Amino acid sequence: MKRLLKGGRVVDPANGVDGVHDLLIEDGRIARVGRDLPVEGATVVEIPAGFVVCPGLIDMHVHLREPGQEHKETVATGVASAVAGGFTAVACMPNTSPVNDNANVTSLILARANEANLARVYPIGAVSKGSKGELLADIAELKQAGCVAITDDGHPVATALLMRRALEYAGMFGMPVIEHCEDPTLKGDGVAHEGFHASSLGLRGIPGAAEALGVERGVLLSELTGSAFHVAHMSARASMRAVRKGKEAGVRVTCEVAPHHFTLTDEALASPIPYDTNVKMNPPLREAADRDAMLAGIADGTVDAIATDHAPHHYDEKKVEFDRAPFGIVGLETAVPLALDRLVHAGLIRLPRLVELMSAAPARILRVAGGSLAPGSAADITILAPDLKVRIRASQLRSRSKNTPFDGWELRGGVAATIVGGRTVYVNPETVMGSGVI
Amino acid sequence: MNTTSQELDQKQAVTALRRKDLLGIAELSPGEIELVLDTAEAMKEVGTRPIKKVPALRGKTVVNLFYEPSTRTRTSFEIAEKRLSADTLNIAIGTSSVVKGETLADTALNLEAMSPDMIVLRHASSGACHFLSRVCRSAIINAGDGMHEHPTQALLDAFTIRERKKRLAGLKIAIIGDLLHSRVLRSNIHLLTKLGANVWVCGPPTLIPADIRRFGVTATSAVEEAVHDADVIMLLRIQLERMEGAYFPSLREYFRVFGMTEARLQLARPDVMIMHPGPMNRGVEIASEVADGPYSVILDQVANGVAVRMAVLYLLAGGAEHEEAA
Repeated sequence: MKRLLKGGRVVDPANGVDGVHDLLIEDGRIARVGRDLPVEGATVVEIPAGFVVCPGLIDMHVHLREPGQEHKETVATGVASAVAGGFTAVACMPNTSPVNDNANVTSLILARANEANLARVYPIGAVSKGSKGELLADIAELKQAGCVAITDDGHPVATALLMRRALEYAGMFGMPVIEHCEDPTLKGDGVAHEGFHASSLGLRGIPGAAEALGVERGVLLSELTGSAFHVAHMSARASMRAVRKGKEAGVRVTCEVAPHHFTLTDEALASPIPYDTNVKMNPPLREAADRDAMLAGIADGTVDAIATDHAPHHYDEKKVEFDRAPFGIVGLETAVPLALDRLVHAGLIRLPRLVELMSAAPARILRVAGGSLAPGSAADITILAPDLKVRIRASQLRSRSKNTPFDGWELRGGVAATIVGGRTVYVNPETVMGSGVI
Repeated sequence: MNTTSQELDQKQAVTALRRKDLLGIAELSPGEIELVLDTAEAMKEVGTRPIKKVPALRGKTVVNLFYEPSTRTRTSFEIAEKRLSADTLNIAIGTSSVVKGETLADTALNLEAMSPDMIVLRHASSGACHFLSRVCRSAIINAGDGMHEHPTQALLDAFTIRERKKRLAGLKIAIIGDLLHSRVLRSNIHLLTKLGANVWVCGPPTLIPADIRRFGVTATSAVEEAVHDADVIMLLRIQLERMEGAYFPSLREYFRVFGMTEARLQLARPDVMIMHPGPMNRGVEIASEVADGPYSVILDQVANGVAVRMAVLYLLAGGAEHEEAA
């Protein structure tokens, strides 16, 4: 079975491609990319002018909540949300219940992903048993079962010694250690960024230094061990400085930034809805200087990847006093509109760089397939409608949870369609592709 | 028309609190604040009558929903409500279904199903009143939410200062103590700066909120500097449990560095007023000689609390407009 995507702007930075090309899919794989390819019996899919064909987006930081917290999300609802957001693959965090620290949990997640048959799912295993920060998890077993990295996300790895051992041990399997960077003593019982707005609203603060201490520790230990260290959901300008210095010194450090951290600031605590629990996340929304540092890092190449930290919570859990609400927001279905609007249309970066941040780099960091449209690769493809007028509607999200601060936002740029292994798994009904053959 | 007369016109136009709730001082205009203070003067007179009751809130139901222990504030609200002839109901944590794990929203909605007109809320979480105001149709009056605001305390403080000094604009007011955890501080900063006072805040650096200067105050850890030529000195309670957070080494050392003593008082203006929102820790933030001395207006504050809360309840219920309609 052959399909020819005809006439789109193909953006494939991994192969230096950016121009109007045709793309031929054959038996679930990319067969050819080139100008005016012959039809030769393929079904032709006309890509509207201005639409972008790029390697499938990969979100390397999501919480699918299964097993154990299915009232927030399941693997099935999570991957439905992913493909609606343009992601052909997601990497899911191990802080499920029970924790993904053994092959049984990993296998269950993969089985559920297989049943759902939408986006690819790459489980990430725990660093320590139960993510308790005491004993290393059975990392070889996790690797064999299908985990691509390890982390104790939700919390930092408890001690510098355990982090050192994790880096050394996981390094043996070529798995990066992904760290939720935070000094728990400095964070204390903080619930918002320490600054004017937290002071004004009487919310206990979390300084940027709490995160940066974790980043500095990881960079030093990555240097000591020679293993790959990845900073999750970075938010503070001091963290950016630490990563930049580490990279300059040749340390194997990479980092990701979430769309909310390059879009919002702690001003959102006060308005438009004071104490909105949908602006409560960890790390917290920080002040403008930090947000601007995230944007600068995205523009100058210090930031490797954009990842959503998709963190679904049931509305009952969020409909409480601010300090009692759980941290986190959903992000899979808002990432592309935010990134196109705030980064590309704002003139900060060009499209190939965005595709690098959201596809090629996550594939490289996690050492998974994807991120490229090279002939022979699986046909994981995202079609973007960069000029589509998008209105975010929380109630319409595919995710089981609707905890987003972006409800009602109007943004320029969206997803037109998502193709996994040559199969169309999502078509946006609000684009012209919604009525055509795809 | 020049700006000043425009402002005057606007000020004169403020005859009611045209808002559903009193969540904080931050949202109030200077005109609204002065309206409350002026109304409180009339309410204070009611308290001097042999029969201390007016029918202003007759037929209105007010629920005092207190999630934190409080003697002064709860009693003060209750007396204010009774003097206005409202039907009042007190709910304190431990005697209600909250101990069964009910959420704040559910508790409030259940109360609301019985159609109260106002809910006076005291809660340990900052923003609890904002949250409730989005859930409930009833008017919400903030009786202290976490570390955020305690608006009626700031209003009664301002009333007490104005009663003595006849003005707030231009006064040097020093607020000394645990600034970080104090809702009284935040409400007072908003109120006093809106009415033109020169506000100084003072405490150990470990207890000063981040970016405090953006509130338009002068911050220092030198207590002599804060007290120098002050017209008003307001002490904030040092919460004994804060010791565990290692914010300062000991209560003894706190008193040595920041405690309000008669010696330090000499640096202030001769007609200085000493204020404290209570409850006091004698020998920690304030020496007993100062608390009981001639400059202290601490009990006047308590007395004025009733009048100010009557004013707030009356104005939120619609003030004179409501009475005419009734």
